[in-house]
Amino acid sequence: MLANLGFAVLVITLLVSIYGIAAALYGARTGREAWVLSARQAMLLTWPLVTLSALCLVALLVTNHFEVEFVYSVTSRSMPGYLKATALWGGQAGSLLFWSWLMAAFASAAGLRRWDRDREFLPWVVVVALVTLAFFLSLIILFENPFARLWAAPAGETIKAMFAPSGAVLVTPGDGQGLNPLLRHPGMIIHPPMLYLGFVSFVIPYAFGMAALITRRTDDRWIRVTRRWTLVAWLFLSMGLVLGGRWAYDVLGWGGYWGWDPVEIAAFMPWLTGTAFLHSVMIQEKRGMLKHWNMVLVILTYCLVIFGTFLTRSGVLSSVHAFAQSAIGPAFFGFIGLSFAASLALLLSRWNELRGENQLTSLLSRENLFLLNNLLFVSILVACFWGVIFPLISELFTGQKVTVGPPFYERTTGPMFAGLLLLMGIAPLSAWGRTAGRSLGRLIVWPLAASLVVPLGLALSGTHNPAALLGFWLAAFVTLVTLSEFWRGALARRRIYKEALPVALWNLAGRNRRRYGGYIIHLGVVLMAIGIIGVELYQQETQGTLAEGQQITLGKYVMTYDSLAEFNAPDDRLVARAVTTIYRDGQKVAELYPRRDFYYVSQQPMTIPGVYSSLEGDFYVLLVGWEPIGSSGATFKIYLNPLINFLWGGSLVFILGTLVAAWPDRERARATARVPAGALAQRAK
Amino acid sequence: MEATHNDAPRGNGRPASGGRTKFIIGGLLILAAVGYLIISSTQAAAQYFLTVEELESKASSVGSRNVKVSGAVVGESIAYDPQSLTLSFTIANVPGDIQEIEASGGLAAALEAAVMNPSAARIPVVYIGPKPDLMRDQAQAILTGHLGEDGIFYADEVLLKCPTRYESALPEQSG
Repeated sequence: MLANLGFAVLVITLLVSIYGIAAALYGARTGREAWVLSARQAMLLTWPLVTLSALCLVALLVTNHFEVEFVYSVTSRSMPGYLKATALWGGQAGSLLFWSWLMAAFASAAGLRRWDRDREFLPWVVVVALVTLAFFLSLIILFENPFARLWAAPAGETIKAMFAPSGAVLVTPGDGQGLNPLLRHPGMIIHPPMLYLGFVSFVIPYAFGMAALITRRTDDRWIRVTRRWTLVAWLFLSMGLVLGGRWAYDVLGWGGYWGWDPVEIAAFMPWLTGTAFLHSVMIQEKRGMLKHWNMVLVILTYCLVIFGTFLTRSGVLSSVHAFAQSAIGPAFFGFIGLSFAASLALLLSRWNELRGENQLTSLLSRENLFLLNNLLFVSILVACFWGVIFPLISELFTGQKVTVGPPFYERTTGPMFAGLLLLMGIAPLSAWGRTAGRSLGRLIVWPLAASLVVPLGLALSGTHNPAALLGFWLAAFVTLVTLSEFWRGALARRRIYKEALPVALWNLAGRNRRRYGGYIIHLGVVLMAIGIIGVELYQQETQGTLAEGQQITLGKYVMTYDSLAEFNAPDDRLVARAVTTIYRDGQKVAELYPRRDFYYVSQQPMTIPGVYSSLEGDFYVLLVGWEPIGSSGATFKIYLNPLINFLWGGSLVFILGTLVAAWPDRERARATARVPAGALAQRAK
Repeated sequence: MEATHNDAPRGNGRPASGGRTKFIIGGLLILAAVGYLIISSTQAAAQYFLTVEELESKASSVGSRNVKVSGAVVGESIAYDPQSLTLSFTIANVPGDIQEIEASGGLAAALEAAVMNPSAARIPVVYIGPKPDLMRDQAQAILTGHLGEDGIFYADEVLLKCPTRYESALPEQSG
């Protein structure tokens, strides 16, 4: 039986992990290399094992084994095969297994790296990775077993259990409940894996950080080793967040992409600490400062990752409350609390060995600007965390539950995000160690003056919202500074190496991927900011009931309602689909088909918008209601989302920049040989 | 990687004139600004989160202030007029206390009990807008809005959760 096999393999994996932890601890304590190597083998073994178990579950899902409760709850016969397979992460039990599978994959990948230069880290990395894995495996085995089956007890009730209760017989329902229709969307198929990949890969930098503390090798070696891991983790986390927003925009039908829901915030918080970490490790590498702070950030990120897994797990619309019923709540909080306390205690015991090699000297130095950036990221984190726990705090102290909604988050984080944008414009022009105010002023004056053209122009053409003017000014300023960095670097290369400008630009970014990748990311963030300002401040909406042939106007757009048809789709849903034509300035630009699907099995409707996208913005129309027979009238809700495509386009630029920054260097040796150390960068300044 | 990148002098920097004071003052200023932002926004955006029962008993003190209220949607009360986009329904009281919900067998059971119990406190709700997809019997509704003088709760925002979707009620015995 596949279910038995899958479960047995999980138990074996847990035992292997526990063995690995014990062997690594023993090997490290006694200095016996063979035990450490054996622990490493155990870690490498976990991945094929969890793979086998996950494959068992996928096979059960695809072949309609509805006697398995998890299969019954997330699939149905009418679902296409790919949806059945990806239903693996459509429910809590399966997604915990999927999480463990990714964790095992990353642990194994870390185990396979070349360890010659940092052998002493190995046992401790094994311990941290396997403890994390073992925790999730025990959750699955003890509380959330995806292989548990349905049994009919003699008394007549249905029981969910792994093995037959006495006298019970197996129940095989004829069909399953099917995946929640809201989750049947391409965005939802890749969004959770991306988020999980981001979560899981942050475990590796944490493992190395802890290994560095334990072995007292507290130089920046652990940071250099994990630099690429961190970038990859951050990339996946960013993509997961963006895809989640895109899914909400496409599926949830409220014309928005981010609602400051606790679940979203839970995924956002490790991203905040991760981003702060990415910046502050550079200070440690360049100046040997902020060593404590980096440890704190990596510990926080790890704990927030586990917390995020816990909160986001339940899928879209559940909340902490739906979770409290499951036995895994206390287990999660226990694990997070323990890891946090243990890591912090370890950090405190090594406090004196982490003293910085330099001190801050100048307010305008690059390290101080990075420090400010970190302060802002952590402030956003604090605001988010405060917003999430405020109801609990208020209830504790006043006995009355008081919540804060999106206005709270917008009001607190808005100025902080603006501050981050400003830093993004200033920091690239500053120098490490000490920046003379005058030279910074000379560099900054031109982009500053030129960027002011944007808000002035906007103000003259009728934009008076101060937040929008400030936002667009910052966007212009950062763009100018960043582009001029590329320009000055490329000019310097052309002068020194006689390269053509495009070649110079290519080589500039290629030889210094981290810096210029970072700049590309900044440009992506600016584009995203433009999109966010556009939607948040200038969204328009209207609604109306139209008879066939009638029209409705919003902004420059006119929509006519042509017809409506109702029909049954093969996967058990009734589709009501309207045909509308969109005109912009009197010109026909698109035909849109907003529709509403009604899923029979789950008795749930799903509204799917019709969207006409352009650089200017999205025309986003929802079919709200209609007369079933005679189809004389239909009601529509329409949103105009200006500039929203800058948000999606910016996220692509963002991803590109991260890839540039994370791309392995293959020309390192040649570059070092040819370039007299530092000549280029000096002149590029 | 950093071979061409030498703008980072390492070595012992000396504390600048003025020492650490300016950094400490700067840091404190930022902390104060952040603290102010968080506290003032909390005050500006705070909303009471009430159960139906609490809303009824505090009707006078809450007045027309914006509050959040949660309850179970009573299925047969749902009425929607697509012409005017007017959605009206009734929500029944669900205990706000987690322990109480646990004791009654989980959120799904608590929602069902609330709808079935004719003596549970109820309140009529009106919302203008598209009818949410999850609007159905025994869904948990979290509404933001205000209580009108006519005793109707006028919602600006409707958030719905269907715990049953995730806990999947076990199927009837089928052999």
